[in-house]
Amino acid sequence: QGKFTLLRDTRTDGSFLVHHFLSFYLRAGCKVCFVALLQSFSHYNIVAQKLGVSLAAAKERGQLVFLEGLKSCLDLLFGEEEQPGQPIPLQFLSTSDLRALFDFVRVSLTPVDGDSWKGPVLLVDDLSVLLSLGAAPVAVLDFIHYCRMSVCYQLKGNIVVLVHSNEDAEDEENELVVNSLCHHSDLILWAEGLATGFCKDVHGQIKIIKRLSLRQAAEKDLVQIYQYKIQDRNVTFFARGLSAAVL
Amino acid sequence: LVFTEEDKYGLYSNLLFKYFLAEGIVCGHELFVASAKEHPDNILKELPAPLLDNTYRKELGDEGAAVKSEDFQDSMKIAWRYQNLPKVEASPTTHTKFGHYYDISKKMPPELCQSVKWHSFYLHEELSVEPKMKPCNMNSGYAKLLHSIQRIISQEGFDGSDPQKKQRNVLRIGIQSLGSILWGDDVCCSDAPEDPHSLTKFLYVLRGLLRKSLSACIITVPTHLIQNKAIMERVTNLSDMVVGLESFIGSERETNPLYKDYHGLVHVHQIPRLNSLICDVSDTKDLAFRLKRKLFTIE
Repeated sequence: QGKFTLLRDTRTDGSFLVHHFLSFYLRAGCKVCFVALLQSFSHYNIVAQKLGVSLAAAKERGQLVFLEGLKSCLDLLFGEEEQPGQPIPLQFLSTSDLRALFDFVRVSLTPVDGDSWKGPVLLVDDLSVLLSLGAAPVAVLDFIHYCRMSVCYQLKGNIVVLVHSNEDAEDEENELVVNSLCHHSDLILWAEGLATGFCKDVHGQIKIIKRLSLRQAAEKDLVQIYQYKIQDRNVTFFARGLSAAVL
Repeated sequence: LVFTEEDKYGLYSNLLFKYFLAEGIVCGHELFVASAKEHPDNILKELPAPLLDNTYRKELGDEGAAVKSEDFQDSMKIAWRYQNLPKVEASPTTHTKFGHYYDISKKMPPELCQSVKWHSFYLHEELSVEPKMKPCNMNSGYAKLLHSIQRIISQEGFDGSDPQKKQRNVLRIGIQSLGSILWGDDVCCSDAPEDPHSLTKFLYVLRGLLRKSLSACIITVPTHLIQNKAIMERVTNLSDMVVGLESFIGSERETNPLYKDYHGLVHVHQIPRLNSLICDVSDTKDLAFRLKRKLFTIE
């Protein structure tokens, strides 16, 4: 409870982690607010079904609040005039202000009378897109900070956020956001493409960093490294150099 | 959203662009062609002629496997994968009849071009009326293009969420040399462009339009001119498929004996991972292309 997990990918696609956490928390009975900025609802739904969860059903019973960024963006830009007072989560496209997005998250996860869900969860895929859409790095960090105060501390829920990171890309704004988030995360899952390039049996390496130093000053972070292979309905993890193809 | 990095002189990326459009005509799809450089009418006059089934074998002889544009169902929203190319083949495979073949030494007959409905967007001809898109701090050329695409999608029945009885078709969108100075964007001229977000915002909105419609899109971008690496990274993350063409013209590779049969390299930077945990990665990642008199092949 109250944990901030950072998903990070470098030279590879870490979205399999997003799919995992989405189905994991839904199956656990949590109320989930999913800010899905880059893919359509049906994309996640199809994958979730392979993982044994129906997003449509979760939405129906009020367990899942799904912000489909691409669709909201079109509604905002091409839609009819909105009624005054209607919340517009993606308002930052015109105003560079992420407060509306935060309000959306807060309202979605604040428990309603009669709710029996186990703990709220905020899931974001992916935060780096906000920078591409013109939000300033400081605004993005503020947004996360407010979410953390609201979701982790007030509501005792969890947050899981995906960011892309690639030092070679020299994207200073992005690296600023990523480094800052790393400092404040309880758990970091870092998926990296192999340095040696593409391999059929090993899709990448995942570094699991438990930030024990965050809670206890004298503690050292615990780092574990595995390699993984993504399959149609599953991801297999194994110790480095011990993929099934090698053994 | 297929993002194609242009080769230095745009020769080969232009060819791929035309293949995409030609395949659309042969399949009976509707076309939307946008450019700030060449009038779309002229682009459409220069499409390669399709090879008919019984003549293609004769034409191709024992040349390498031809580039095949994917022939896809209405439900797909993404254009074009190279994954289905056979690895090293002496002659075109017969078991995968996937798309059509073209003879680039001949032009597509005008009757065939006119057999499909098409829309054009030539930036310099577009009215100076402000686009009916809510302001979002985007370059006006891009905003007009988005508005135009959105209008065609909703008015011509490509919107996936619109219930309608008539037969649905696929819209093929081709955007040429996006990001170049001709679009009013300085992202290709400067390390620190004045408006670094217009291109990425454009791609985001375009992605949204593609996701909700029965359309597929290829854009070509002169990325060799983009000095800002951060923008390249962001643009890659916003696209589904990213392919780069590197021509050997004027480079030291031109005289490298390893490449003597080829005109350039194909770099597949990213492939789509849609509706699935896995993506369709082929075994071969080292691809090169060559342009013969009649055929453009990738091996």
